[in-house]
Amino acid sequence: MAGDTEDPTAGTDNAPKVKRPRKKKKPKETKTRTVHANTLRERTKGGEDPNRHHANNRIKTTKYTLLSFLPKNLFEQFHRFANVYFVFIALLNFVPVVNAFQPELALAPVVFILSVTAIKDLWEDYRRHRSDTEINHMDCLVYSRAEKRYVEKYWKEVRVGDFIRLRCNEILPADVLLLSSSDPDRLCHIETATLDGETNLKQRQVVRSFFDLDCDFDPLKYDSVIECEKPNNDLNRFRGYILHRSGSRDALYKDNLLLRGCTVRNTEEAVGIVIYAGHETKAMLNNNGPRYKRSKLERQMNVHVFWCVVILLVMCLFAAVGHWVWMFQYGDERPVFDVLGPEGTDLSPVMSAVYLFLTMIIVFQVLIPISLFVSIEIVKICQVFFIHQDLDLYDEETDSHLQCRALNITEDLGQMQYIFSDKTGTLTENKMVFRRCTVAGVEYSHDANARRLAMYQEMDSEEEDCPSRGGTLPRRDSVTSHQSARVVLRSHSTKSHRRTGSRAEAKRASILSKHTAFSSPMEKDVTPDPQLLDKVNECSSQMDFMRFHSQHVSQLPSDLADVLDFFIALTVCNTVVVSSPNQPRHKVRVRFELKSPVKTIEDFIKRFTPSRLTSGSNSSSSSSLATSRSSNRGCSSLLSSPSAESTLTKLREERAAAAPPCWDERPRGPEDGELRYEAESPDEAALVYAARAYKCSLVGRLPDQVAVELPHLGKLSFELLHTLCFDSTRKRMSVVVRHPLTDEITVYTKGADSAIMDLIKPPDTGNSKGRRQKKIVSRTQNYLNLYAADGLRTLCIAKKVLSKEQYACWLRRHLEAETAIQGREELLFDSALRLETNLQLLGATGIEDRLQDGVPETIASLRRAGLQIWVLTGDKQETAVNIAYACKLLDPEEEILTLNADSQEACASLLDESLHYIRAKFLCASSDQAAKAFPGNSAPFEMYPSSSSSSASSSHSSSPPHGAPFLVHRLGLVIDGRTLAYALDRSLEDKFLMVARSCRSVLCCRSTPLQKSTVVKLVRNKLKVMTLAIGDGANDVSMIQVADVGVGISGQEGMQAVMASDFALPRFRYLEKLLLVHGHWCYSRLANMILYFFYKNAMFVALIFWFQFYCGFSGSAMIDQWYLIFFNLMFSAFPQLITGTLDKDVSAETLQRLPQLYVNGQNSEEYKPYMFWMNMIDAFYQSLVCFFIPYFAYADSDLGVETKTWTWMNWFSIFFSLSLFFFVSLCYNASCPSCFSPPSPYWSMQRLLGEPLFYLLCVLTPVAALLPRYFYRACRGTLFPSRVHVGRQLDKLPAETRRNLLGLGGGAEPQFLPLTKPSPGGRGQTREGANLYAADPTEKDTLPHAKGAAGLRPPAEPRPPPAKDCERPDEAPEASELSASGWLTSTPRASGVRLALPPDGDPHRVTYRGDSGAEPSPGAVL
Amino acid sequence: MMASSYNAKDEDGHITVTGPGGGAVLRSKKPENTAFKQQRLPAWQPILTAGTVLPAFFIIGLLFIPIGIGLFVTSNNIKEFEIDYTGADTSSPCFNCSQNFSWNSTSPCTCTVPFYLEQPYESNVYVYYGLSNFYQNHRRYVKSRDDSQLNGNLKSLREPSKECEPYAYHNNKPIAPCGAIANSMFNDTLELFYNDPNGTSVKILLGTTGIAWWTDKHVKFGNPGGVDSNLSAVFQGAGGCWSLALSNAYKRDSTRSSSSDRLSVSGTTKPLNWRRPVYELDSDQSNNGFVNEDFIVWMRTAALPTFRKLYRIIGKSSQMVPTLPRGNYTLEVVYNYPVRSFEGRKRMILSTISWMGGKNPFLGIAYITVGSVCFFLGVVLLVIHHKCGNRNNGAEISN
Repeated sequence: MAGDTEDPTAGTDNAPKVKRPRKKKKPKETKTRTVHANTLRERTKGGEDPNRHHANNRIKTTKYTLLSFLPKNLFEQFHRFANVYFVFIALLNFVPVVNAFQPELALAPVVFILSVTAIKDLWEDYRRHRSDTEINHMDCLVYSRAEKRYVEKYWKEVRVGDFIRLRCNEILPADVLLLSSSDPDRLCHIETATLDGETNLKQRQVVRSFFDLDCDFDPLKYDSVIECEKPNNDLNRFRGYILHRSGSRDALYKDNLLLRGCTVRNTEEAVGIVIYAGHETKAMLNNNGPRYKRSKLERQMNVHVFWCVVILLVMCLFAAVGHWVWMFQYGDERPVFDVLGPEGTDLSPVMSAVYLFLTMIIVFQVLIPISLFVSIEIVKICQVFFIHQDLDLYDEETDSHLQCRALNITEDLGQMQYIFSDKTGTLTENKMVFRRCTVAGVEYSHDANARRLAMYQEMDSEEEDCPSRGGTLPRRDSVTSHQSARVVLRSHSTKSHRRTGSRAEAKRASILSKHTAFSSPMEKDVTPDPQLLDKVNECSSQMDFMRFHSQHVSQLPSDLADVLDFFIALTVCNTVVVSSPNQPRHKVRVRFELKSPVKTIEDFIKRFTPSRLTSGSNSSSSSSLATSRSSNRGCSSLLSSPSAESTLTKLREERAAAAPPCWDERPRGPEDGELRYEAESPDEAALVYAARAYKCSLVGRLPDQVAVELPHLGKLSFELLHTLCFDSTRKRMSVVVRHPLTDEITVYTKGADSAIMDLIKPPDTGNSKGRRQKKIVSRTQNYLNLYAADGLRTLCIAKKVLSKEQYACWLRRHLEAETAIQGREELLFDSALRLETNLQLLGATGIEDRLQDGVPETIASLRRAGLQIWVLTGDKQETAVNIAYACKLLDPEEEILTLNADSQEACASLLDESLHYIRAKFLCASSDQAAKAFPGNSAPFEMYPSSSSSSASSSHSSSPPHGAPFLVHRLGLVIDGRTLAYALDRSLEDKFLMVARSCRSVLCCRSTPLQKSTVVKLVRNKLKVMTLAIGDGANDVSMIQVADVGVGISGQEGMQAVMASDFALPRFRYLEKLLLVHGHWCYSRLANMILYFFYKNAMFVALIFWFQFYCGFSGSAMIDQWYLIFFNLMFSAFPQLITGTLDKDVSAETLQRLPQLYVNGQNSEEYKPYMFWMNMIDAFYQSLVCFFIPYFAYADSDLGVETKTWTWMNWFSIFFSLSLFFFVSLCYNASCPSCFSPPSPYWSMQRLLGEPLFYLLCVLTPVAALLPRYFYRACRGTLFPSRVHVGRQLDKLPAETRRNLLGLGGGAEPQFLPLTKPSPGGRGQTREGANLYAADPTEKDTLPHAKGAAGLRPPAEPRPPPAKDCERPDEAPEASELSASGWLTSTPRASGVRLALPPDGDPHRVTYRGDSGAEPSPGAVL
Repeated sequence: MMASSYNAKDEDGHITVTGPGGGAVLRSKKPENTAFKQQRLPAWQPILTAGTVLPAFFIIGLLFIPIGIGLFVTSNNIKEFEIDYTGADTSSPCFNCSQNFSWNSTSPCTCTVPFYLEQPYESNVYVYYGLSNFYQNHRRYVKSRDDSQLNGNLKSLREPSKECEPYAYHNNKPIAPCGAIANSMFNDTLELFYNDPNGTSVKILLGTTGIAWWTDKHVKFGNPGGVDSNLSAVFQGAGGCWSLALSNAYKRDSTRSSSSDRLSVSGTTKPLNWRRPVYELDSDQSNNGFVNEDFIVWMRTAALPTFRKLYRIIGKSSQMVPTLPRGNYTLEVVYNYPVRSFEGRKRMILSTISWMGGKNPFLGIAYITVGSVCFFLGVVLLVIHHKCGNRNNGAEISN
């Protein structure tokens, strides 16, 4: 297709109008979608629109329309069983025979609840509608055939088959097939941040048949038909083909498709045809609303709601029978008070009993709390709000805070038992730092680099000391302000350029360049190893020399060649995109020649003619680089001078002038730091940066070539023939390039060592080269093990040289695979496997992935909270183990079981052995339990010990005594992916779990995403525990979805995990507060609230029930119907809501310091079945008291029916409800004597309030009713105090005492509680102390004197007992004696101030034992 | 972009997601550091342990016991006399009356019950009638009234509400106080005679007013046609314009059964069980009709099947003489009210009252009991506290 180079509007003028009968339309129900251009249809007016079946681009996410709102919303609400139930009851009231209340009145609460929900839905829908309209009315350029140009249209007017012109930074309105791009490479860059959160640019290619189009695309000339998949939600797949008029077809890939919601970057203009529009776009199909998970508490609650129904029915039945008996005793003679039915009919006792049954259901309906469901929802929203607002969960560095994506499982956070964590990016920062490498069997330790990294760490800690330094406001607008900010910073800093690694700087940098990932200087600046650097220089100079003398490169000494190849591989074998920093979204274009990748055999033959060696001095370097500035952070002289804005040419001169040996202190790396690398994974970026430190820098990447700058050799252009992308199955990626120096077709492969090492060509030991290879392999393997032992991530680099024949052979099949439509993925995979064989090992790299801040502490405290932590990682075993040690997941003191098996049988026997071992080792602990659990090797053993045996087990040893359902030994289990696959087999999974759950920590290495989710599922289903999965990457998504609670880390690896998660955290360490504090709170709040609801309603109903004995079971209530109906809604709902939202049983600080309190939620201690029944019994008791005390008091009195409304009412609502009740009832009683249906309670309230008897009752009844409950609580509080209880007591203590106490409490792990060690005078307070106060001003509010005291005195100084005196001072010494002995047994290693928790009555008194001075020795304890 | 960011907004509900689109809007999402949002509102956290609850128990115990004693003494000072005149026993003077009496009897049956007061009643004496086993709290019974009619609404007088069924119409005439409650109104007449030691019997003056709540009498209940209308005329339908208006109302209401009959009939009828129509309850106009206090008292239904209702007040006549001196009395009952059919009992009660109402030793006893229990539990807690409190605390923290 020829055309001119003008813009498309001009091109249309002389475009030949080709009319061509369209392909026969496929039947509608085909599996593919056929897209015709709309320009064609416009031409053939009247013809039916072939695209008419496809959705248009108008989106409508609203659920309702104005008309359908009421029916639809009601319909949806009636999906909830409770609503149906209540409506049923309300309707029952309309039946005259059974009605208990005024029918209209009975409807009120239901209507209220329904309308509240409806209004909420309406509001949400309205918001959706507004945002829809906003989106629908966005503008885009659509080609109009009538006007022969692109015209502005609203998004909603875009239809499938339209041509759309996209400009830079525009958002794509629909899924568009890219047909043309202004980019000379026919590329279009898009940013998919809104889809998957990945901020790096993705390249999209113009459809191949339009690739060679020199001119701009002319829609009128387009007459092809596109056949593609039906709309689906797979973002990473798009298959189809385009049928040209000529009959030729071209395959379409996901690389051709621009997705709706993405932003066009770096591309001036692009044109495409709309394939999917509106709701059929992949982005919209991926938008599934918030998931509904039901929390454990809610599940328990539902059981109890069911029980409530049973109780209700029993009560009704009882009443009905009672009524029958009552009726029966009067015989035929009707008493005067037994009113006939309205029609004067005389009901038989049986019939009236049946009617009464229904009536009683209405009367007792309160037992099923109508407002509970609504209240729970409200409370959860409030809880989510508070979690959102927590300052401690806010990460300033990324300006993100916790997101609750699932609204209804907040309380599950308090009940977790197992945590499954990803490692990379979750425990670690996913900031890859190049640490060391080995090339050709020689290790380069990069000591200087290690020192540099150590320095960063040091500075990090210093940075925290003086936060004022980091206090400059983040600036992002201009380069100058950026620099000035840095200059200001530097003037404060004594550490000149090395400071750049500090966190404050990193923070600022990350804000400055929000779009660019991996920009921390720590990752970028790699100090090269001098030895290796020398080698590189030597090698390249030799190469240069040889090239100059046109010698063949193969004469290069093989070790030097390997070094060079190694770095070339590092530079080339990746998918890193190069961009310049001040325009982060503009690609650096260094183009030498326009050429498409090899796509056909002919092309291949044609192009593989004599070598084209391009020299680096090619002047076609793009203008974009010219504007780049030097942002050398290390060099202040450059910064201060205006010449910092040097051009590329200048830089190049400098570089050329620079003499190789001056690499010592200031690496030249930073100078070409203008180039920014954007990689899909941080490892790649780290490697590229590392290579750059050795002057092998990647300067440009195009689909068909990679520009590399090498020392001495200048810029080399590698022709990129193929990129075989990384996938998790192969665990490697390869590039096929044409080496510009040797002109060989070379395959560079980079991948996990396990993947690469197996593919290394078995060295031919016959010749020296083979022997050398063998040596290299074995040495490299050694170093790899060493690296792994250091906790480094290892990657192997290998290469392979292909002969032209081999390549041609492979290419043929590869091309077949590429063009296949069916099973293309599998074919490509096979093709890659064919290529990646017989590799030659070049070397290996070790990359460090630094642990995130606070990970060891978090893990330790989570573990103390009784959580079992499993780490599931894809890393290799050694690396994983080392990271596990580093983050204190594994303890050097504990034994580690390592399971590595090659076969199912081996795995089985290993598991058996482990079981044996565990049994043998820990049998002594409790033989009974063990014998039960492990009756024999072959015999099927009981998997889940009964509760009796588990309680026996929990009584022993150091395992947490809170009754975790099984023994947890001090054992670590390490299992690799292959073994895991065997162990997860159905036959072995029980054994595996048996072993795993008796280990304190479990580490699964080399596990695939699928395995991760299988493990989670297995543990969740088999052990019946609450699981939490936390991860950050796409490989964790399945695990996150399977777990009860999924947590995503919004880290570096995109948003996929976050999208799938229920909660998204900025950092791992926030998990501690989320679980220990918010989880605990949410759980205890909600549990208490639910129990209270049950209790309240049971009590209320029981009152009415007792009354039935005195009204002939006639179903009348002594409470006026208004109170009865609005009881739940108005009079007693608010206290619960407040409690559910704001109640704190233990302060946040204590919860974090005493993670043991978390056990409370794990064991569901706040909400156990027996508690439900206890509450019910209590409610019945209280209702008895409340009924009969007034009953006897008013017995025989002449007061009216409403009298008793009262006495009980007062004590289950707090002041607000009380006053509301008073107010309402006073008004109600005073208003309109005859409006309310009989019996009107006119003025009875006022009358009642005038009587002293009433007040006396008000006092007496609650006291009598609550007596047992308080007594029970108090006894329990004293005799068997729960942990929470103790925590609450701790809260009461003065802050300082508490700190000491908590320090002692955590004596087993003193390192996590630095407060144990009292700071000896001097500065008076530790920093933690200060933080403590800053963090918890509650203490300031509640205990001002304590604060004052603590502020004045050094923590360790003994304090006299505060003013508040105890009841019996003489008892005190004895008491502390007792407690001291308690300490001795339990915390023998505890050091620091020895103090006993004072007796209850006197929470402020502290007794110090041992040396109370500044330096208490552990010995003094005894 | 909008589409997807929208959803995030929708889901979390509280934060507004600032799309990181081209402009790079940098609005810090840092939460505010306020006491409320960080959940640091000042709070009082009571902890329930033996130690903390102890004082409360003792205080309650020490408070309640004296109160209870006070109440008990007060209650004991109240004099109360009760006499059952149901006539269930053959020996009872009212046996005959109770035997052959039913709602339909026309001739009143009178019986006299003598009794002896052992103590003089000093202040105002309240005369109650008490009924047992009478379920005035029956669900359908309680509802069977028309408050609107009782308030004097003319329309309701003519058209009693449906709640009154089946006591709304009789012979196609609306029943004047309609409903079962009114129908079953207590209609015994009790008269007291003091038998002087010298043989003469003196009739004791029983005050008929002041027995109903003021609000009931003046607000809730009212006669139709205003305070000074001619009651009999109003209830018989001989009134002026309003009956015309009512007949119009009938026309509108012609769908109701046998309404054609009603058209011709005007006026109301008395409840079935009543002997006299409502406008003849008392000769005193201000105590007649719906505002008759006996009627009002009856209409305020009792909560329990055994109840007493104020019947009369014997006003204190002079400072010197006790209201009811010690001695023999005769209770003269016009036995109209049948209770035998449902095993009911009828009583007459004479009682004085104190500040806390009638005689009720229960409250005092309850206070004393609860107070003692509190005190006892306090002691138990004290023991627990000193035996166990410390040890547990120490052990627990160390875990």
